[in-house]
Amino acid sequence: MPGLRAGVLVSAIIVSAALWASASRFAGAETASTAQGVAAWEQVYSVLTSPRCINCHTATNYPQQGDDRHRHVANVVRGPEGKGVPGLNCAGCHQETNADSTGVPGGHNWHLAPLEMRWQDINDQPLSSAAVCRQLTDRSRNHNLDGPGLLKHHEEEPLVKWAWDPGRRPDGSARTLPPLTHEQFIAATRRWVEAGTPCPTGR
Amino acid sequence: MATFQLTVNGQRREVNVDPSTPLLWVLREDLKMTGTKFGCGISACGACTVHVDGVATRSCIVPISHIGDRPVITIEGIGNDAVGRAVQDAWVDQDVVQCGYCQSGQIMSACALLKSTSRPTDQNIEESMGGNLCRCGTYPRIRAAIKSAAAQINKGGA
Repeated sequence: MPGLRAGVLVSAIIVSAALWASASRFAGAETASTAQGVAAWEQVYSVLTSPRCINCHTATNYPQQGDDRHRHVANVVRGPEGKGVPGLNCAGCHQETNADSTGVPGGHNWHLAPLEMRWQDINDQPLSSAAVCRQLTDRSRNHNLDGPGLLKHHEEEPLVKWAWDPGRRPDGSARTLPPLTHEQFIAATRRWVEAGTPCPTGR
Repeated sequence: MATFQLTVNGQRREVNVDPSTPLLWVLREDLKMTGTKFGCGISACGACTVHVDGVATRSCIVPISHIGDRPVITIEGIGNDAVGRAVQDAWVDQDVVQCGYCQSGQIMSACALLKSTSRPTDQNIEESMGGNLCRCGTYPRIRAAIKSAAAQINKGGA
C-alpha cells in the first residue's frame, strides 16, 4: 500500500502543478485581454471626443459647431428633448440629409445627446478617457446598452454614421472627419467589447 | 433644373428650378411671394422663417430638393388660422413694427411657439424667439404682443 499512497501523492502533485500552470496562463491571457481592451477603448475615445461627435454631447444648454467647437449660431438652445424649442428647432435647419449647397449638415432625427450622455464639462472641455468610459458603460446612463448593444449603436445609429459623411461647410470645403475610419472605429469597439468593455483607471 | 411640386399656403404650385436653390429664393423669385425676407443667408437672423410641416424653418438654407411633400406656410398664409390671426392682431395692437424688415420672420416664430405652448413664460419666449434678430430693437413689444396673443387665444377669442 505504501507504493499506492506514493503514487497517489505524486499524481496529486502533478495535477496540482498542471492546474497552477493552467491558471497562471489563463490569468496572463486575461491581463493581456484587458490591456488590449483598454488600448482599443483609447481609440474609441479618440473618435468620441472629435468635434463631429462631441459637439452634440455637450454639458451646456446649447450645441457646438465647427472644429473649434464654438457655440452654435442663432442662440440655439437644448430644449426639453434635446431638439431645440418651438421657434428654434434643430429640424428647422437640419434636414434628413446634408445640404451641401448651403453648408448645413443633416441627418435623421438631428438632436443633442441628453445631458446624462455629456462628454464635456461645463467649460466645454472633454471629460477624461476614464470618465467617458465609465459613463458609456453605465447602463443607467446609456439607454441600458450592454457591450453588444454599444457595438450595434456604433455600427448602425444614423447620427453616429453621419460623422463619417458630414458634408460640406458653407464655404464648400469638406468637414473634418474623425481620426479613425468608421471600419476602424467599429473594429476598435469590437475589441473593447470582446475584452469586457474595460475602462482606464483614474478620474 | 428639375420640377418640384409644392404646397404653399394650401395651394399646389409647380416650379422648375435648380435642386440646390434655397426655398427662400423659390418663394421670392419663382412664386413672387416676397413677404419672406432675406436677412443673413446663413440661418443666423430668422428673417426668412417659414413653417415647413409646422416646423419654423429657415428657408434661406434649406434647398428646395429637401422639402418633399411637406406643406409650406409663409407670412402670406399664416393669418388663415386662429393662432396666426391672433398674433397678427396683437402685432398691430401693440404697434410692434418699426422698420418691419424682420417682422415676418418674428411672426412666424411667434406662431410656432404659440401653436405648441399656449401660455409661454418669459423664458419660453426668449428661447423660442432668440434666433430672430431685430436691429430696431423691438424685442419688448414683441414679447408684449406674444403675451397679448396668448391671452386672446386662451380666452377663446381667436
